[in-house]
Amino acid sequence: MKNRSMRPLSVIARTACDMYAWFMVAFGAYVIVHGDITPGGGFQGGAICATFLALMLVTQGSAYVSAWLNENFYKVCLFLGLFMFIGFGLMGLGWAMDGTLMLNWAAVAHDQLAEVKPWWPPSGTVALMDIAVGIEVTGGLSLILVTMFRAIRLGTVQEDGMGKETGHDQR
Amino acid sequence: MKSVRTLFVIAAIVMGGALMGAVSSLHPFGVPSPEGCAVDEHYLNRAGVDLSCENVVTSIVFDYRGFDTIGESTVLFAALLSVMMLFRKGGRKQ
Repeated sequence: MKNRSMRPLSVIARTACDMYAWFMVAFGAYVIVHGDITPGGGFQGGAICATFLALMLVTQGSAYVSAWLNENFYKVCLFLGLFMFIGFGLMGLGWAMDGTLMLNWAAVAHDQLAEVKPWWPPSGTVALMDIAVGIEVTGGLSLILVTMFRAIRLGTVQEDGMGKETGHDQR
Repeated sequence: MKSVRTLFVIAAIVMGGALMGAVSSLHPFGVPSPEGCAVDEHYLNRAGVDLSCENVVTSIVFDYRGFDTIGESTVLFAALLSVMMLFRKGGRKQ
């Protein structure tokens, strides 16, 4: 039990997953962004994006991943998505005199689609909240993966000096 | 302490009775309602027209039932918090 870090897989698996993982991220971003017109949405696309880290951890080994992984990026993703989501909901509250929480203040009716700007999502907050929830789920699921991998001592946990036991064992 | 608990028991019984009364007046399960399915027909007909949203499921999740989705993302946040708390580094000090 000297080397507790998860060992990388063979060269074939590593090379294939190096290419494949980025396609997973692209596909997840596609599912998030097109959540209002195709099947899927923020939750599903975020889960697809989070499989990037799972693939990397399994194929490259956790020592390699934890060398370049920045956890704060995923924390920022989580809080940014959550605050974006609640912010879009509160903007509906302040939009008009009869505004309600989660009012779709940016929606364009189907017969006025010709007037809408090409960069503006016609479904309004549905598309915006899709993106917000996608960012949040990506950050949240990736953080859960990283935390659990570190906690079961597959990563390099010996750097903090204690190095013997982690979690609730240490009394 | 005991009086507070008695109060809670009485409140729970009253609340449960009210909810059971509400259950008895629910629409029977599996039977189509006589006036038609008003809400889901409204969703299906208006989601594409009012919101330009082709995916009706997403329009329900993020617009018509958006308040539930706040709770859903809060559940994700709570799950992450509990995972990080359970698997945290270090632990209880001596």
